[in-house]
Amino acid sequence: MQLWLIPVFPLVGFLLNGIFGRRLSKAAVNAIAIGSVVLSFAWVLKTLAGLGDLNAAHTEQYFTWIQSGTLNIGFDFTVDRLTAIMLLVVTGVGSLIHIYSIGYMAHEGGYYRFFAYLNLFMFFMLTLVLAANYLVMFVGWEGVGLCSYLLIGFYFDKKFATNAGNKAFIVNRIGDFGFSLAMFLIVVHFGSLDFGAVFSSVGGQSEATLTAIAFLLLVGACGKSAQIPLYVWLPDAMAGPTPVSALIHAATMVTAGVYMVARSAAIYTHAPAAMEAVAIIGLATAFFAATIGLAQNDIKKVFAYSTVSQLGYMFLGAGVGAFSAGVYHLVTHAFFKALLFLGAGSVIHALGGEQDVRNMGGLRKKIPWTFWTMVCAAVAIAGVPPFAGFYSKDAILMAADNHAHWMYWVGVITAGMTAFYVFRAIFLAFFGEYRGKAHPHESPWVMIGPLVVLAALSLAGGKLFNIPEFLAPMFGPPKETNNFGPMIISVAFGLGGIALAALFYLFKPGLPDQIAATFSGLYKLIYNKYFVDEIYDAAVVTPVVAGSREVLWKVVDVAVIDGAVNGAGSRARGIGGVLKRLQSGNIRSYAAWVLLGSVLLLFVMGVMGGLR
Amino acid sequence: MTGVPLSWYLTLSAVLFALGVAGFLLRRNVITVFMSIELMLNAVNLSFITFSYQWKQVNGHIFSFFVMVVAAAEAAVGLAIILTVFKNRATLNIDDVSSMKD
Repeated sequence: MQLWLIPVFPLVGFLLNGIFGRRLSKAAVNAIAIGSVVLSFAWVLKTLAGLGDLNAAHTEQYFTWIQSGTLNIGFDFTVDRLTAIMLLVVTGVGSLIHIYSIGYMAHEGGYYRFFAYLNLFMFFMLTLVLAANYLVMFVGWEGVGLCSYLLIGFYFDKKFATNAGNKAFIVNRIGDFGFSLAMFLIVVHFGSLDFGAVFSSVGGQSEATLTAIAFLLLVGACGKSAQIPLYVWLPDAMAGPTPVSALIHAATMVTAGVYMVARSAAIYTHAPAAMEAVAIIGLATAFFAATIGLAQNDIKKVFAYSTVSQLGYMFLGAGVGAFSAGVYHLVTHAFFKALLFLGAGSVIHALGGEQDVRNMGGLRKKIPWTFWTMVCAAVAIAGVPPFAGFYSKDAILMAADNHAHWMYWVGVITAGMTAFYVFRAIFLAFFGEYRGKAHPHESPWVMIGPLVVLAALSLAGGKLFNIPEFLAPMFGPPKETNNFGPMIISVAFGLGGIALAALFYLFKPGLPDQIAATFSGLYKLIYNKYFVDEIYDAAVVTPVVAGSREVLWKVVDVAVIDGAVNGAGSRARGIGGVLKRLQSGNIRSYAAWVLLGSVLLLFVMGVMGGLR
Repeated sequence: MTGVPLSWYLTLSAVLFALGVAGFLLRRNVITVFMSIELMLNAVNLSFITFSYQWKQVNGHIFSFFVMVVAAAEAAVGLAIILTVFKNRATLNIDDVSSMKD
């Protein structure tokens, strides 16, 4: 079925734009970049149409990559139902965001560079989801990390952007370290990295082994999907252009961790301790990120913490055994969170770069298309039935309720906070009086178009795509739950969050400041993101930098390494200084040495018993 | 072989050689140094002849003739050098003609 064509289209786009883009017109760059991704999307559709019901995985083997002893790693791609969903999300949402970028990036420098990186990202992301073994997946995994770094630091003349890129890259290194160790363990115990081979022989392994592998994979997933304790890079990653935030840091790359956990479901279901850890980490992340989101003023930061929080939901779903619910939320989240970011980008574009919601307000009339599409996303993420977020969030919360009641309640409270902070941003930006100085103007149609499509998907995507049912052959059918009560409660919390936001920011605008003043300690804690960055800085970054400076630089480098090199040099010079006295040029001293030598020789021969 | 025993010749040869070495190392006068070298060569010649006589073989004789020829040639060249040095520098002290070394 020529699966390889799917990632190769964007790769060709990357090469063309990367090599010749500087000399091409913007129209040509657009045609190459968007054309390659849309072609890829079309090829995905054609491939999936040709593959039928996909009850069995379709694998294509291209070449043997590594052969060493009994270990044989091929460069293989595979498509099953899970991959099909990921392919559609990545290429579909990716195409929309590429189109949107034409408008958003129209006035930015480095136009061709931006699209080249974006295409390269698509290539690696598609490699990641198509991979038929862990190593090929790891190639995509590292590649998307690289593109993430490049695109966060896209405005490389700004110090904070390059710092944010470095932070993302370095924090991801910790996760990738866990992923590599997990792969080594898999090779040792399974003798293969192929998904098929590994998952079919899971039964023969001890639980301790599987738990270790699952935990290490979880470390990798935490890094990529921004879960506690490795989530700190994602909010900073908003330094990149907004379409990047939408594509990489909301819809696709950050969900790679969820995809990986779902892909490794066979391992996780045999490692209950690791499953519990996934659920707890996911729940904790969802809750804490949501609380931070309550008090952020940068519109992109609000949505960034919201992304961290929603990724936590997906982990919660996977952790309580509802992998299909986690993937369900991944898909709906890709719709509404990409829409929120693109909408935020449209607002920022309209205001000429303003990101602080305190300087917005009253934009409802000025940029109506952006406003209405963002409201669609907001009701979807708030879990208002019958929109997309309601279905997926409900599926996760029901699964959590079956697993443990307290998880359900924390999840429901988080859902309330989610509704609150999203609508807080909406009310602050679009209602009331305009507080900024720029002259807002509606974005061009090339930006509005993708917003409208995503708005339709955010509204109808949940009902339209019943993903748990589609994934039932892989993860088992979703548990039938008719507990109407918990569903009503979660919806009520969502609506309550919206109502509270309306009360705070529409009807009684003074109230939030009063509350913030009353609970000033708590407010400061949340406003400063629990000081996690500061704690990491004091606990990890400063000691590492100080250790590098005081020990590695001043002791190891200067004293040991330089000392060894310089010492070897000066020893040689010292010995040479002694030896050069022999080479005096004085004939008589040579003769004396010759005499001495021959006398010694004779003496030795005499002692040894003479010549025979 | 009657009369003088072999060891006496060899002892004489060793003594002459030692004198040559001592003269070569200790004296400063070029001519004395030169004569010391000749003395060493002849000391070696003496031991060649001694062993040749001892083993009744002609090799030692032939060798000593070679040494004499070389010594004669050396004397010719060496004395010419010494004469030239003396003409140019008006000295026979070998420590004063070390300018090539510096």
